[in-house]
Amino acid sequence: MNQAVSSPRIRIEGVHKVFKTDDREVVALKDINLDIPDGQFVCLLGPSGCGKSTLLNAIAGFALPSSGQITTDGRVVTEPGPDRGMVFQEYALFPWMTVEQNVAFGLEIKGMPKAEIGQRVAQLLDKLGLIDFRTRFPKDLSGGMRQRVAIARVLALDSPIMLMDEPFGALDALTRRNLQDELLRIWDEFRKTIVFVTHSIEEAIYLADRIVVMTYRPGTVKRDMLVDLPRLRDPADPQFNALKRELGQLVMEEQQRHHHAEMKAAAVD
Amino acid sequence: MAKNKHGGFLQGLLVPLVVIAVWEGASRAGWVNPQILPSPWAVLKKWVEYATPMKPYDPEAGSWLAWAFSGELVMDAIGSLYRVVAGFLIGAGLALPLGLLMGASQRIYGLMNLTVQVIRPIPPIAYIPLAILWFGLGNPPALFLISLGAFFPVLMNTIAGVRQVDSIYLRAARNLGASQSTLFLRVMLPASVPYILSGVRIGIGTAFIVVIVAEMIAVSNGLGFRIMEAREYFWSDKIIAGMITIGLLGLAIDLGMSRLNNHMLRWHRGLEN
Repeated sequence: MNQAVSSPRIRIEGVHKVFKTDDREVVALKDINLDIPDGQFVCLLGPSGCGKSTLLNAIAGFALPSSGQITTDGRVVTEPGPDRGMVFQEYALFPWMTVEQNVAFGLEIKGMPKAEIGQRVAQLLDKLGLIDFRTRFPKDLSGGMRQRVAIARVLALDSPIMLMDEPFGALDALTRRNLQDELLRIWDEFRKTIVFVTHSIEEAIYLADRIVVMTYRPGTVKRDMLVDLPRLRDPADPQFNALKRELGQLVMEEQQRHHHAEMKAAAVD
Repeated sequence: MAKNKHGGFLQGLLVPLVVIAVWEGASRAGWVNPQILPSPWAVLKKWVEYATPMKPYDPEAGSWLAWAFSGELVMDAIGSLYRVVAGFLIGAGLALPLGLLMGASQRIYGLMNLTVQVIRPIPPIAYIPLAILWFGLGNPPALFLISLGAFFPVLMNTIAGVRQVDSIYLRAARNLGASQSTLFLRVMLPASVPYILSGVRIGIGTAFIVVIVAEMIAVSNGLGFRIMEAREYFWSDKIIAGMITIGLLGLAIDLGMSRLNNHMLRWHRGLEN
């Protein structure tokens, strides 16, 4: 009976995902098995086409696995839900809502009383340095600010799991580092379980407790490693660089397979 | 910005002033028959006469305000405007929910599209005989025709608006736990507003065209009726005065719409400057 205590927050068991196009099948994910314990910060790392976003979408419930299953807290994922808040690369803020309304939306859906929503939203906006922007529309915000709002929107849900799909991919280097630090602070404070998709090796090492490197088609787990450098990590640190070299090698192999596959496809066409 | 706008307005006045000056000059020189083309001055005099109350002010008869608005022109303009607004509200009020449903549901689209596509190209004017047959004379046939004119632009734009909603918003909303009805009312509807509003603008324009035609045929007041009446008596100055009133009313409606647009779309990226 103490299985419940030790059961992982997210369990991915034998997950396959096949995409069918007109004339062929693409195996995007093949036999993925991962247990993610509560509070872990996991980065899914790999070149484009390795299925890392597909896996994230499967956890989110947007595109279910062709076979195998994903459970969160013992419940099988069958649809999207607010217990697995997602931060998208394209922000996906509702442009017709102000910053405040965007963050409040999930709580309104939950049916939280108005006064409580106002309080909670104000608290979160304050925490993320957005309070002065609360009546602005997304179009008036910079990319970094927009992504802060998107993070606040997920935090408002108070979900144990936060899914992030290359959330900082479109930001400039400085803003990116800024938000990475902010995210670590939030993770530390709110004790979320985070699954974070990235193709940046440095980002993965900077953030993660654990890095899962994926192979190019079919997407499998190539390497599953723990990063036990103390935080905040220093990208100039020798250990950081050793890890970067090692992961760089792994990712490069897959990148090359990707490249060859594309050359072959081009030749066939 | 404000200065620029002002300059733009003055600049816009230049062409009308030149046209009026040339027109007045041609009239004074006796180049045109005043029966066919009266001078701007004659038109203006007629316009003022048309706008002023027909009876002198009589405190016994009612309030001063009612008297001030009792001029033929004012009554006609109010009559036309009422028909445009009422007809538009009926037409758009039916088109909006149908458009949302057709845009959101492939099944309803499949069910309705052929019917819509066959009826849509028939100009509202072609319904005039049937409208009179069904509704007799007076406001009912006019409202029918106007609502028909407003219906299709709003419908087509609403369908297009719902269809162009970026799926990322739907994904984000579902991730937040939105139900189907929340998705519909709080995501798809507001996301389609830019398209719907441009449909509304076209729809009001069509309603304005149709109201004039409808009044020429089925009603015995309104600007359209007055123009036709003036034609019977060969009052070309009154015809032109009526036409200019239609133009000014149309301009006022469009300015109002543009205000509404700017307010409702203040979140929209297209309005960044």
